[in-house]
Amino acid sequence: MVQARNFPIGDPILEVKNISLSFGGVKAITNTSFRVLSHEIRAIIGPNGAGKSSLLNCINGIYRPQEGTISLKGEVLKKNSPNIVARKGLSRTFQNLALFKRMSVLDNILVGRKLHMSANFLEVAFRLPGATREERENREKCEEIVEFLEIKNIRDTPVGRLPYGLQKKVELGRALATEADILLLDEPMAGMNVEEKREMCRFILKVNDEFGTTMVLIEHDMGVVMDISDNVVVLDYGKVIGDGPPDEVRSDQAVIDAYLGVAHD
Amino acid sequence: MNAKTVFMGYTRGDIVNFAVAIILALVIVPMVVKTDYWYSSILIPWLCLALAAVGQQIVMGYAGQLALGAAGFMAAGAFACFNLILRVPYIPFPLALVFSGLIAAAFGVLFGLPSLRVRGIYLMVATLASQFFIIWMIDKFGWFKNYDTSGIITAQDIVIFGKPFTTPLEMYLVVVVVVMVLTVLAINMTRGSTGRSWMAVRDMDIAAESMGISLLKTKLQAFAISAFFCGVAGALFAFTYLKSLEPVAFDIKLSFKILFMVILGGLGTINGAFIGAAFILLFPVLLNSIGNNVFHGAIDSTIISSIEQVVFGVLIIVFLIFEPLGMAKLYDNIKQKFRGGSAPKDKKKRELDAASSEAG
Repeated sequence: MVQARNFPIGDPILEVKNISLSFGGVKAITNTSFRVLSHEIRAIIGPNGAGKSSLLNCINGIYRPQEGTISLKGEVLKKNSPNIVARKGLSRTFQNLALFKRMSVLDNILVGRKLHMSANFLEVAFRLPGATREERENREKCEEIVEFLEIKNIRDTPVGRLPYGLQKKVELGRALATEADILLLDEPMAGMNVEEKREMCRFILKVNDEFGTTMVLIEHDMGVVMDISDNVVVLDYGKVIGDGPPDEVRSDQAVIDAYLGVAHD
Repeated sequence: MNAKTVFMGYTRGDIVNFAVAIILALVIVPMVVKTDYWYSSILIPWLCLALAAVGQQIVMGYAGQLALGAAGFMAAGAFACFNLILRVPYIPFPLALVFSGLIAAAFGVLFGLPSLRVRGIYLMVATLASQFFIIWMIDKFGWFKNYDTSGIITAQDIVIFGKPFTTPLEMYLVVVVVVMVLTVLAINMTRGSTGRSWMAVRDMDIAAESMGISLLKTKLQAFAISAFFCGVAGALFAFTYLKSLEPVAFDIKLSFKILFMVILGGLGTINGAFIGAAFILLFPVLLNSIGNNVFHGAIDSTIISSIEQVVFGVLIIVFLIFEPLGMAKLYDNIKQKFRGGSAPKDKKKRELDAASSEAG
């Protein structure tokens, strides 16, 4: 991790400021602030129910926090809905897999190219040259992603028929296809075995290194978090209780009490 | 699986299919079929209703919006066409058809608005409004019927660039050309980025939105295009099959018929619309001829029509349970069998297939 990076960590790209979110009387997030720097890999950890996924949902525009602001590339997101946030260069994966089950792997990834395709329905219906060219170019892009993720043999299979680990990969592929500047990955390695986890880590690091994509990921496996992340945010009961480089966070007493328990080593 | 595209993004198989369809529809059928009965009672209504079913397929099978009101949009298209020909001098029939479709599409957008708030069965109830509102509007305001008091208005003759198309064969040719053109457009949309957005909204709307798809735009677009297809189908239905315009012809029963065509034919397939329409339309004809020819009228015709209802009901339940992808899927399976490849039969086998293809 120490060797020179193609994309050195830079200025804040995503800034969460004093956000609070509650569902009725239940407070999911309380006055939380943190910043994500461009080109970094940022992990969010914390016990179950700490508000990690809710936080991602707020950033992505699925939930609207009652208080506080979220800014992306210096621009405050007001009245954000997921499709508007996507347009600003943020993409994500979901904890419980949100794939298009009846569509093939390639079609799922092609949906990720939506923002790069501008032909309207009439151009598509009449197969005007612009639409055909655009379709071909984007298909080629998706074939590259399929190749990169090593899922070429299943490219025409409807994703509903695939095993869990492969579906997770397809979902990552769909998020990569958007070529977003920031990717939010909600437990990308949940339910995977050691081998699959290692492979997934490799993909995440490679994408970060090759394209400079900023990654925000929720992960429970502390080994993985320590290995790949540049900085870690620790949430507990909807509050930030730790924020910093992995080593620093690991030795923080509050974090150990809330989440880690006795330190591994 | 991974067929190469040879022309405009179509595979060789597609082009063969198109060629077969064109030759069959425009050369072989007109040469072989000589009786007017076949044209005016079977082929023309089949094509018209199949086109409406394609419309229903777009909104329900592809965009996943449970809408029930196809006949309402058909009525809008039919009466729009009547009024356009009546009031716009020298308008060529194809142009009148396009405008009828556009008028129906405007209604589609209006009655698609509830889809932004409600879904599933609630949306179905909300879209029923279109069915009743459009029929009510046509009945209420005499202008739409040109103040005709008899209730049944004779449709004008179809005239394209001065040439009248009035015999059953000529009308069939008009219908088949329109249906083929619109079907190709539907196929292009469903295979392209437009259709992918619809299906993404159908399968997982939150994820679709997170990929930058606007739910508002995509849903209303599907409603509009669906209503366009239904509108054109309605105009053709009135002008070539009914040869008259009466709102009663487009009642809720017709909407249900179109819904059944789509479900039996197979949700999310274009050929399913044609197969489903053929089945729903031909099955009663078949039952009747069995009643007449095998039992020589010993079975009362009311019993036959009751049997028809029972069989449809049972079939819909059977398909929903065993083959939600409908007759189009059955047809695919049979085709695959004949080609030597074994069609995956049950769920377990499908999973095994997927697992083995992933390993191999």
